[in-house]
Parts: sequence; structure tokens; C-alpha cells
Amino acid sequence: MGYGVFICHCGQNIAGTIDIEKLVRKVSGIRGVTHVEDYIFMCSDPGQERIKKAIKEKNLEGIVVAACSPSLHEETFRKAAESVGLNPYLVEIANIREWSAWPHQAEPEEATMKAFKIIESTVEKLNGDKPLEPLRLEVVRRVMVIGGGIAGIQAALDVAEAGIEVILVERSPSIGGRMAQLSETFPTLDCPQCILTPKMTSVAHHPLVKLLAYSEVEEVSGSAGNFKVKVRRKPTYVDWNKCVGCGLCMEACPVELPSEFEMGLAHRKAIYIQFPQAVPNKAVIDSENCIRMKYGRGCGLCAQKCPANAITFEDNGKAEEYDVGAIIVATGLEVMDKANFAEYGAGELKDVLTGLEFERMLAPSGPTGGKVVRPSDGRVPKEVVFIQCVGSRDPENWNPYCSKICCMYTAKQALLYKHAVPGGQAYIFYIDIRADGKGYEEFIHRAMAEEGVIYLRGRVGRVYQEGDKLRVEGVDTISGLKIVIDADMVVLATAAVPSSGVEELAKKLRIQLGEGGWLKEAHLKLRPLETLTSGVFIAGAAQYPKDITDTVSQASGAAAKAVAFLSKGYVVREPLIAVVNEDICSGCGNCEEACSYQAIKVVDGKANVDESLCEGCGSCTAACPSGAVQLKNYDKRQIIKMVESIVG
Amino acid sequence: MQLVIWRSKIHSPEVEKIIELSGQNVYSCYQCGMCTASCPSTGNMDIPPNMIVRLIQIGMIGKVLDSRSIWVCTSCFTCFAECPKGIDIASLTEALRLYHLRRNIDHLNLSSIPHGELLELPVIAMVGALRKFTA
Ligand SMILES: Cc1cc2nc3c(=O)[nH]c(=O)nc-3n(C[C@H](O)[C@H](O)[C@H](O)COP(=O)(O)OP(=O)(O)OC[C@H]3O[C@@H](n4cnc5c(N)ncnc54)[C@H](O)[C@@H]3O)c2cc1C
Repeated sequence: MGYGVFICHCGQNIAGTIDIEKLVRKVSGIRGVTHVEDYIFMCSDPGQERIKKAIKEKNLEGIVVAACSPSLHEETFRKAAESVGLNPYLVEIANIREWSAWPHQAEPEEATMKAFKIIESTVEKLNGDKPLEPLRLEVVRRVMVIGGGIAGIQAALDVAEAGIEVILVERSPSIGGRMAQLSETFPTLDCPQCILTPKMTSVAHHPLVKLLAYSEVEEVSGSAGNFKVKVRRKPTYVDWNKCVGCGLCMEACPVELPSEFEMGLAHRKAIYIQFPQAVPNKAVIDSENCIRMKYGRGCGLCAQKCPANAITFEDNGKAEEYDVGAIIVATGLEVMDKANFAEYGAGELKDVLTGLEFERMLAPSGPTGGKVVRPSDGRVPKEVVFIQCVGSRDPENWNPYCSKICCMYTAKQALLYKHAVPGGQAYIFYIDIRADGKGYEEFIHRAMAEEGVIYLRGRVGRVYQEGDKLRVEGVDTISGLKIVIDADMVVLATAAVPSSGVEELAKKLRIQLGEGGWLKEAHLKLRPLETLTSGVFIAGAAQYPKDITDTVSQASGAAAKAVAFLSKGYVVREPLIAVVNEDICSGCGNCEEACSYQAIKVVDGKANVDESLCEGCGSCTAACPSGAVQLKNYDKRQIIKMVESIVG
Repeated sequence: MQLVIWRSKIHSPEVEKIIELSGQNVYSCYQCGMCTASCPSTGNMDIPPNMIVRLIQIGMIGKVLDSRSIWVCTSCFTCFAECPKGIDIASLTEALRLYHLRRNIDHLNLSSIPHGELLELPVIAMVGALRKFTA
């Protein structure tokens, strides 16, 4: 009978600050507590055994584990309790580590008092807790993958190989993402054509994958296991069932526009196939720039040349709805525009390129056929300066974070430049070299020792035109010298940023963005592939800049998570959700407005909770003027009791 | 101080010669500073060993050739033993000295040493000081 309190030392993490003996003594005096026990690691097997034993032997009605954050081990202790017949919702965590031991290391006495107060108030909460049963809902065995870069492709393939249908949504005309734009890939220098193109083809032809290219997610409703996703198929004005990708239309089209794929270093036409290896290899019309589309008549040269009669000029855009059980978000990254950097010419110096532009220049299939030449005059640059951390590690002006991939791709680009221009000299301005992958440090060594790339430690203050050279004013903080180089070309490793539009997408999916706009994971260390919205997973660079190795590993991980999630056939949801006391509810609708999950709606004058949607965040309970909406086991009365016990 | 660099300055004939004489790849140095940290003679040097390598990397060979450090180095090889990139810095300083010697530039002017002291000096010390041919 009564409650048990289990105090964890967490090695020295808690016991190093808090006087455990004193705490045990004080906790024993709390009304209703019949058993108190401390142990070095409660989460360990022997620790859990102690809890189980006490529950059984003392017939405990509820327990408080005073330990670390519930996000770490609440589930562990709930499971332990459940295994000996105690309802898991009668297990509470008192977080005395993050809330007391860690922040109050310098004042152990107060920390001990605070830990006591935390435990005391948690016992109060336990007093009001009711045993609950988890909710069970059927799932749809189909996964949607959003974003067709290498992350999305890998995730789609893995899910499909597990025998589960996949809907792969890509907003560009072709899948492939950034990787399709790369020249060769560090550290092995494989070309994307060799290693990516086959994967693009297999995913497009997989019998269980439905590829929706040139499409975007418009609306998402439902919840884990039962999402309804409305996808907008953008108008291509070309009948893709007929288009064979021969490209004759592109030859005929007279309108030239900067190619997005070639980073503006080459032209595309108003009707175009994104790149030669595009999957699907189909043409789309850029309706804003097509003469026929703009004026409603005229031109039409493409249609005359098309041997398949595929070009219709008809708006064939449409909305489609898909039921899916899980969603994997793999929207990837972009790089910052060089126009942002006034100190480096604000995008107006022709021979200053971004890293991604330089990738296209180095690519054998790129706008120069792999030749490195100055955009301004076509001359081969003999001195090339690479600048790292442009917009990264710059909390005052741009992004505080490290973009993670630039150290490696800059080394790669300098090395490939040396291969392309054997007599040339490459310089890299860097702050630190971060080469933390398999074979990466060796790769940097190769760039330095074998290719003679000169690494200069420091930032560059200014780049400006000086005759036909670009004067680079930087520093080498190792020698303490200001360094001036008259370069022929400058390459900026501009910061990686999340793909445009990810904010709106996140809102539709009801998932969160963290700092810098990267997708936020449920727990950085322990649940990096999940979001806080159950059933929605993340893969690839959308979470944080990553190289291909990490992207692919994470994509396979996310796929495995999605498959595991669906393979049970049903989902179990936390019952800690909102309930409405209809006797008090006046149907004012404040809760409906407060809810981010569209989980509470006023029906016939009373608020009604959709159990499959409610995430138990509690916004509605705060918005309710009468207290009619309460969160199960987080009842207002419980909270007041807790506060009273702390201040009383 | 400001330094203007370009390819042929970095790879000047002097630099190439030093690299050839020493047989060392200075470009593999990533400036960890282990050589300086372990060198027993840095206290008497004007340029520490890691900076010697750095200055050669960025083409400032003149400053290195003019330094005291290359004559202070006793070629004890601690730097080489400790260098994680396997650069034999003692051989580098030897090459720097050789560079002077091959151009018949003496580091020490014998006639400036008082006669009495000269008589006291062991011959080996004199040869050592003159030629530093110790590597
Ligand atoms: C200059 C440069 C050089 C690099 N070099 C290397 C290298 O040598 N080696 C290496 O390992 N890594 C390299 N990388 C990193 C590599 O590009 C990434 O690891 C990889 O592209 C990440 O894949 P991803 O699928 O997560 O994202 P992405 O490749 O960015 O793909 C995301 C896809 O999602 C689509 N998308 C975006 N938003 C939406 C939306 N709302 N709806 C539908 N679709 C959407 C995009 O169109 C795109 O197709 C380099 C990166 C850069 C910038």
C-alpha cells in the first residue's frame, strides 16, 4: 500500500551534489510514501529489479522515480512497473538531475532542498493520477517520402524493399537533389553519374514506388498511422505518358533562361528537361516564360518538332489525395546566395563563384564540360582562392552553426581543380578543418601533402576587382601575417541552409523546426530520426547539413523506423490527452483556436477531442476559460496541488 | 605585417632547393606544433620550428634563411621523432644551413674571435660552428 519513491544517484551526476541520505530521510516523511530507496543507477537492470521487487512486496499503488529527465527513462520505468502489474501511468518521474543537481552544483544544500520539493510535488501529482490504458488505432501500410534527393531515394527504396508501398513526392521535374549536381564526391571521388543515376532509375521503376515528380504536398490531415495527404501535381503542359525525353523540343525553343540546375552558369529553354540524366526523363514548360503560354498564341515551335505529340499547352495540374500511415521528410539543403556577402563582391564579381557553382564547373557533364574557366573571360585560372565558413560560424551576422560539409567539399574542389589545371595553385582559407568521417582526414592530408594546396588559417576580409585579378585580403593567424593574393578566381563555401519552403511544409506536417530552420528531431541523441509528431520521420540534410554517407545511413534508419512503425498493424497512442467536461463547456471555441493539431473542435455546442489527433500538449486547457478541458493526469487540481506543495 | 603571395613565390627556386636538399614534404604539415612543443632549444631560437615550416609553406623562405634558429638547432631529432606527419625538421634546418654554406657564406667570422679564446676552443666546436654539418 502507499507510494514508493526511488532515488537515483546517477553515478555522481546527482549524488555528487545532492545529499542522498538526507533526501531519503526527508522523503520518508512525505504523507502517503511508504517506501523509499536509493541506488547508484536506477535505470540499470539491478535498479529496475529493485523497483519491481518493492512494487510487488509492498504492494505499492504508485511510484515516483527521482532521476533524470523523463524524456530519457520515463518509458524504461513505466515498462518495469507494468511488468509487475502496476499501471504505467501511475509512474511519475521527478527530474532532480537536470532541475537540481546539475544547475545547482555550487549550492549542494539548496540543491538537496530543491530535489526534495520536486519529489514532494511529484507525489502530489501522483495522488491525482488515474490508471489509464493506451489508445490503439489501425494503420495504413503505405509510406510517403517527401523530397527525392539521395535521402528520399534511399528511404523509398528501403521501405519498398520491405514490401511496403511508397509515394515519393519531389517538387522538381527530376529526382536526384543536390547530389545530381556534384562533380565527384569526397572522399572516394566517385562521380554521381556512376553511383546516383542507377539508384534514381531503380526507385522510379520499383513496382512498389509511385513517383510523383513536379509535385508538392498541399495539405496534411489525420495522424500517425492514418494520414491523409493532398498532393498538388504541378502543371507540366506536356503529356508525360507520351513524352519520350528526346529533347527535340528544347532544341526548337527560342527562349533562353538561366538554368537552375547549372546554377545559372548555362541556359535552359522555356521547355526543358532538368538535366540529361533526369528521372523521369520528361519535359516541362516554364509557363511564365513560354511565348505560347504567356500570350496564348504564337511560337509553338516545340509542339511542331515533338515526334510524340506530347506537348499540349494544357494545364494538366491536379490535386490528388493519398492515405499513408507514415511520412518521411527528406527535403534537404540549399546553399546561401553569394549576393548576401558584400565583402566578397555581393554577387557582382563574375569570377567569384559559390561552391555549388564550382561543382557544376568541375562536372564533366556541366556547362563547361569539366573545364575550369573564368566566367568573365573564359581564361583558365592559375590562382584560385577558396574561402570556407562564408555565412557559417558567424553568429553575429549569419548562421551560428558549422555547415559541416564545406571543409570536405572545399578540399575536394581544390584537389579537382589541381587535376584540371596541373600548374595552378589553390589556396584555402579556413578557421578549423573538420574532417570527421571515415577516410576524411586522409583526404585532407592528400590535398595538402600530395596536391600542395596551401591552407591558410583565417578568414578573408575583402575580395575586390583589381585589374583583371581579384584581390583577396585575408590572414594567416598561424604566422600572424595578413595575406594578400591576386587571384584569378574565388570560390565561396557559402553556408548550407534548409531548403526553401520547408517552414510551410513543417507547419502542414505539424512538425517543428529547430534553430537555423533545420527539422527538429524528437531527441537529438536518442531519437534523431523521429519528430515529436508520431508517424513523421526525418532523413538526410533536412535535419542538419550532412554528407552523403551520413545522409544515406540516416535515410535507411528512417526507413527502418517507418517500416517498424507500420509493421505492427496498429499504433498505440499515449492516453495523456485532453478530455472535455461537457457539463461545464460553453462551446466558446477558444480551444479550437489554440490547438495546433486540429484535434479539438466544437460540435453541437460542445468541444470534442479527436483522440487520434490529440498530442496532449495542453494548449487547449490553458485557453479554456472555464476549466472544462483538462489533460488526463495533468488535471488543473493536480497542478495546483503541486504548486502549493512547492511554495507552501 | 602584410604578405603578398602567388604561386611562383610560394614555389620559388630557394624553396624548391630546400625541399630538394632536405627531402621533406613541408606541405604535409598541419601546424599542430608538436615540434616546437618538444624542441629542447626553442628558448634560444628566434623562430620556433613549427613556424620555420609554416614560413616555408607560404614562401617566406628569406626570413627563415636569416633566422638564428637554423644555427641554434642541434639536430637532436626530437622534432622528427615526435612529428605525427613524419617531417624531419632537423633535416630541414640542415638543408637551410647547407643552402648558406653552398653559397660560401660563413655563419661565423673566425677573425672576430679573440685570439686567446680561439686557442681555448676545441677544434670540433669550431668546425661545428662553422659548418654545422651535423645531420
Ligand atoms: C557544393 C556541395 C558539394 C558537396 N559535395 C559532396 C561530396 O563530395 N560528398 C558528399 O558526401 N557530400 C557532398 N555534399 C553534400 C550532399 O550534397 C548532401 O549530403 C546530399 O545532397 C543530401 O541529400 P538529401 O537528399 O538530404 O538532400 P538534397 O540533395 O538537398 O535533396 C532534397 C530534395 O528534396 C526536394 N525538395 C525540397 N523541398 C521539397 C518540398 N517541399 N517538397 C518536395 N520536394 C522537396 C529537392 O528538390 C531535392 O530534390 C555537397 C554539398 C554541396 C552543397
